[in-house]
Amino acid sequence: MTVSEAAPILELQGLNKSYGALHVTKDVSLTVRRGEIHALIGPNGAGKTTLIGQISGSIAPNSGAIVFAGEDVSSLGVAQRARKGLGRSFQITAILPAFSVLENVALAVQAKDGHSFRFFKRASSDAELNNRAKVYLEMVGMTARAGLRAGDLSHGEKRVLEVAIALAGGPKLMLLDEPMAGTGPEETERLVTVLHGLKAKIPMLLIEHDMSAVFQLADRISVLVYGEIIASGAPEDIRRDPAVREAYLGGESDL
Amino acid sequence: MSTTLLAVQTLNGLQLGILLFLIAAGLTLVFGVMDFINLAHGVQYMLGAYLAVAGYQLTGSFWLALIIGLALALFCGLVLEFLVFRRLYDRDHLDQVLATFGVILFLNEAVKVIWGAAPLSLPAPNLLDGAIPLVNNLQYPVYRLALIVSGLGVAALLYVLVTRTRVGMLVRAGATNPDMVAALGVNIRRLFMIVFGFGTMLAGFAGIMAAPILSVEPGMGDNLLILAFVVIVVGGIGSIRGAFLAALIIGLVDTLGRSFATDIAKLALPPAAANDVGPALASMLIYILMAAVLFFRPSGLFPVRSA
Amino acid sequence: MMTRRLTAVGLPAALFVVLALVPLYAGVFDDRFVLLFATRILIFAIVAVSLDFILGYGEMVSFGHAAYIGLGAYAVGILAEHDVWAAWISFPLAMAVCALFALVTGAISLRTRGVYFIMITLAFGQMAYYTTTSLSAYGGDDGLTMWGRSELFGTGLFNGDTSFYYIVFGVLLASYLILKVMTRSRFGRVLEGAKQNEARMEAIGIDPYRYRLTAFVLAGTIAGLAGALMANQAEFVSPAYMSWHRSGELIVMVILGGMGHLHGAILGAIAYMVLEETLSGYTEHWRLIFGPLLILIVLYGKGGLLGAIRGR
Repeated sequence: MTVSEAAPILELQGLNKSYGALHVTKDVSLTVRRGEIHALIGPNGAGKTTLIGQISGSIAPNSGAIVFAGEDVSSLGVAQRARKGLGRSFQITAILPAFSVLENVALAVQAKDGHSFRFFKRASSDAELNNRAKVYLEMVGMTARAGLRAGDLSHGEKRVLEVAIALAGGPKLMLLDEPMAGTGPEETERLVTVLHGLKAKIPMLLIEHDMSAVFQLADRISVLVYGEIIASGAPEDIRRDPAVREAYLGGESDL
Repeated sequence: MSTTLLAVQTLNGLQLGILLFLIAAGLTLVFGVMDFINLAHGVQYMLGAYLAVAGYQLTGSFWLALIIGLALALFCGLVLEFLVFRRLYDRDHLDQVLATFGVILFLNEAVKVIWGAAPLSLPAPNLLDGAIPLVNNLQYPVYRLALIVSGLGVAALLYVLVTRTRVGMLVRAGATNPDMVAALGVNIRRLFMIVFGFGTMLAGFAGIMAAPILSVEPGMGDNLLILAFVVIVVGGIGSIRGAFLAALIIGLVDTLGRSFATDIAKLALPPAAANDVGPALASMLIYILMAAVLFFRPSGLFPVRSA
Repeated sequence: MMTRRLTAVGLPAALFVVLALVPLYAGVFDDRFVLLFATRILIFAIVAVSLDFILGYGEMVSFGHAAYIGLGAYAVGILAEHDVWAAWISFPLAMAVCALFALVTGAISLRTRGVYFIMITLAFGQMAYYTTTSLSAYGGDDGLTMWGRSELFGTGLFNGDTSFYYIVFGVLLASYLILKVMTRSRFGRVLEGAKQNEARMEAIGIDPYRYRLTAFVLAGTIAGLAGALMANQAEFVSPAYMSWHRSGELIVMVILGGMGHLHGAILGAIAYMVLEETLSGYTEHWRLIFGPLLILIVLYGKGGLLGAIRGR
C-alpha cells in the first residue's frame, strides 16, 4: 500500500458547532480510510444529524476543518462537495418520486458528467445515459424495477434506490444516513448484502441505529454521545468498552 | 429643494409608511401564523374606506363612520374567512394566490356596482380639520398629523399585544414554528380567526384613515397591497418589527424619491433628460431598495424563519 | 396507457390543426372578428406557454410575467416612434430587453423560494409598470399609438389579417415545440427534479439555481416576443399590458388549462379569453361572475381542463 492510498478519504479535524448555548458538536475528529466502512453510532440527540450536515455542507461548523480526498472542503457548498465525490443517502428518503427508477439514477449519472445544459436531445432515449444507469441498478439488484415510478416502490426499495443514486455519482465516499431506518428484516438483509458487496470499491461513513447491521458491516465504529466522540475503534473493542456501555445503553449489555 | 418642502415631504413619507405598516402588519401576521398568503388583504383596506363613506352618508359623523366602517370591515373579513379562506389554509401557495385573486376581482367589481366607478371622499372630522404651523411658515394639515399619531398608537398597541399577551405569544411561536403550536393543543382554528380578524381590522382601519386624504375608488387597495408586499419582504415575513421599520423606510424613500429625483437627476443630466429620467428612476427606487436588501439578506431584515 | 399517449400527442396535434384552420373558417364565413380574436388569443397563448414552462416544470410562481409582454411591446413601440419599423431589428431587440430584465430580476428573485418569490416577481413586475407610466416622452399613462405595423423585409406580412395570424401561429408552434423538447432533455430533467426534491439534486451535485435562471430567462424572452406581436396586433402599447392583474390572468390561464403540459396552457388561454368575451357580452361587470368562478375552479377543479379531458 502506497502512502497516498493509506491516507484517509475523509478527515474531520476538531469540528465544533453551537446553537446559542447548545454545544451540539464538540471537538469532533474522525477519519474514514479507503476501503473501510466506518460506522458512527450514538443515541438519539447525540448530534449525528448536525454532524452529517457539516460533512455534507449544509451546516457550517463554528471551527474545525473537513478534509475530503486530500482537499479542505470546509468552505464548499453541498453541490460542490457532491461533485468532488461525496455521495449520500438521506435519513428521510430523498428520491424523485415522479420519475421512474431508471430516471432517478440516470439523473445522477447526468450530474456526474458536469453541467446539464443540454436542451434538445431527449433524455429518455439517451442510450449512453440509460446504459450507465442500468449498470448501477444491476449493482443493487433493481434492474427489474427500472421502469417503475420511484414513488410507487416499497419503502425498502426506495432505500436501495437511494444507494443506487449515490453510487451513480461515482462517489469517492458514501455518507449513508440511517439507510436501514424503517426497513423490514428482509430489506435490511438485502441492504447489508448490497453494502457489503460495495465495501471494497467505495469507503463509507455509515450512520445507523440497527446494531446488528452495524456489527456486520463496520470495520471501525465511533460512538457519538452529546456531541462528543467517546470511543472509536474496532467493533470488538467498542463492544467491550465500558464507557460506551455506560453512555449508550445505561449499563445494559445487548451490544 | 427647500427645507420646508423637505419637512413636508418627510411627514408625507411617514404618513405613507404608517398606512403601509397597518396593511403590512395584518398581511405578515396572517402569513406568519397561518402560512396563508392573502392577496385580498388590499381589498379589505378598500372595503374599510367604502364602508366608512357609507357610514358617513348614513350618519353624517366621521366618528360614527369610523366605528361602523371598522365593524363592517371585520364582519366582511369574517364572512370571507368562513366562505373562502378557511378552505385554503391547507392548500399550496399557488392555490391561495389564485383564489384570493378571484376575491379581488369580485370585490373590486362589486364595489364598482354598488358605489360606482367615480372616486368618493370622506370629509375629515371638524376636530381634526385645518392646519397648524409647525416651524416658521410651514403649515401642515392636522388630520395628517393625527393619522401619523394614531398609526404610531396602533403600532405600540400591537407591540404590547404581541409581546405581552397569551395570544401574542402564540402568534410569535406560530410564526417561528407552526407545528409546535399545533402540538401544544392550542385551538388553531380559533387562533386563526383572531389573527385574521385582527389583520382585517388593521387593513380596514388603514382604509378609513386614508379615506379623507386619498380618493376612495375601486382598486385603491391593489397598489398599496403590492407596496405592502415589498414592505414585508424587506422586513422579513412574519416579523412585526421588520414590517414597522421597513414600512417607514419604504414610505420615506418612495415619497422623497418622487419629490426630489428630478432635482437630483438635474445635478448630473441636462434638464430635459432629467425630466424624463427623474420620475422613471423615482418609481423604481423602492424596488431597487428591495433588490439590494434581498441581495444581502434573502430572508429580509428581521428573518423569523428561513424562507 | 393508450389514452394517456393519445392525450399527450394527439391532443396537441389536433389543437394545432384546428388553430391552423381558423383563417379558413374566417374566410368561408367572412368572419373577420373571429380571425382577429383568435390572433389575440394565440398571442396570449404564447405567453401562457412560456409561463407554464417555469411554473409547471420548474415550480416558479412568477407573478410578474405580464411585464415581459409590456417590455416587448414597448421595445417595438418606441422604435416605431423613432421610425424604425424593421422587424428584424425590433423583434430581436424586444427579446434581448426581456432576456436582460429576466436575467437581472431572476438572479435576485431566485435566491428566494415560495412566497418570497411570488411577492418579489410581483414587485418587479410593478416596477416595470410604473417605469413605463412615467415615460412621459412615450405617452406615459396613456400609452403610445403606433401608426402602422412592423415590416418584414418589405413583405407587408404583418399587415394582412391572415398572414399576421399565421406569423403568430408559427411563433406559438415554434415556442411550444422548442419548450416541449427542452422539458424532455437533460436540462428539463434537472428542472423537474429540482421541483420534486431540491436536497436530492444538491446531493448528486446539481445546484438548481443556474438551471432555474436559464429557464426563467428563456420564458421571459418568449413572452417578450409575444409582446412584440401584441404591439403589432393592437398598433398600440400601454402600461396596462403589464398590470399585475394581467400577470394574475396569465397564471389563471395556465391553471385553467392544466399546468405542466404546455398545450394545457394553450387550452387555458383559449378558454379564458372565450370566457371573458362571452361573460362580458352579458354584462360589463363580468368579473362579478368570473371571480367566484375562479375560486370554485381553484377549490374543486384540480388538473384544469386537461384533467377533465383525461377524466381524472
